[in-house]
Amino acid sequence: MVDASGSELEALKRGDEAAFVDAIRRYHGPMLRLAMAYVRDHHVAEDVVQEAWLTAIRSLDRFEGHSSLKTWIFGIVINIARARRRKESRWLTFSALLRRDDPDRREPTVDPSRFTRGGDWRAIPHQWENVPEATLLGKEAMQKVQAAIEKLPPKHRDVIVLRDVAELDAGPVSELLGISAENQRVRLHRARAAVRRALEDYLG
Amino acid sequence: MKCREVVELMTDYLEGALAARDRERFEQHISGCDGCRAYLAQLRATLRAMKSFEDVPIPHRVQEELVQAFRDWRATGC
Repeated sequence: MVDASGSELEALKRGDEAAFVDAIRRYHGPMLRLAMAYVRDHHVAEDVVQEAWLTAIRSLDRFEGHSSLKTWIFGIVINIARARRRKESRWLTFSALLRRDDPDRREPTVDPSRFTRGGDWRAIPHQWENVPEATLLGKEAMQKVQAAIEKLPPKHRDVIVLRDVAELDAGPVSELLGISAENQRVRLHRARAAVRRALEDYLG
Repeated sequence: MKCREVVELMTDYLEGALAARDRERFEQHISGCDGCRAYLAQLRATLRAMKSFEDVPIPHRVQEELVQAFRDWRATGC
């Protein structure tokens, strides 16, 4: 797997059809999930993925391979999905429009009332080790996770989807989003905490 | 370190971004604190959930169209 994406990209630029088919199959799931973080409708998300590949094909000659194929194509997905989301802004609820979150503001990510005045847990969080994997990763739980991600401020959503859903490394994500490593961690922290809270509401 | 502070360091910890000394203090706290250990386990479970969205096969029609576009690009360079 050493430099697999580099040679993958080379193959595509050479016009290797088998390599292209392999890439569109392998990345379809992650690209779709990435798109779904912005556009809720499955069909629209499918469109976004398709448009991203068409854009990529048209730009293959010009792409110099500073990043891996995966990072590059995910970046294209984000740009297209963001544009679609803006177009379909009817999804933005009134409260979301009114919310003026500063996504990077440092507020506690855990409800302060869960700690004593001295800063210790009042009650210990539940042991999810005892939750069956079929429940934790079940359809309902996954819907809660998806909904929690959709509700995040855009800056948090970008980071968590790229890092935790699409499983890109920290370096490429900082580059894609044009943010510092520290800034990325702050956003990731807030985003993960929000998704954890949603799961806790469901699992207890 | 208080639990209230420890929970806010968990992403830095998981990302390997804590300075050696902070990391030591963090781990020391965790090893003696059931609450923070449970919270960290919940965060890890959350990560596992996000990584396990079901894989989606590419629709046949989409694959055909993309392959055609790829062939066109190869043939004409645009």
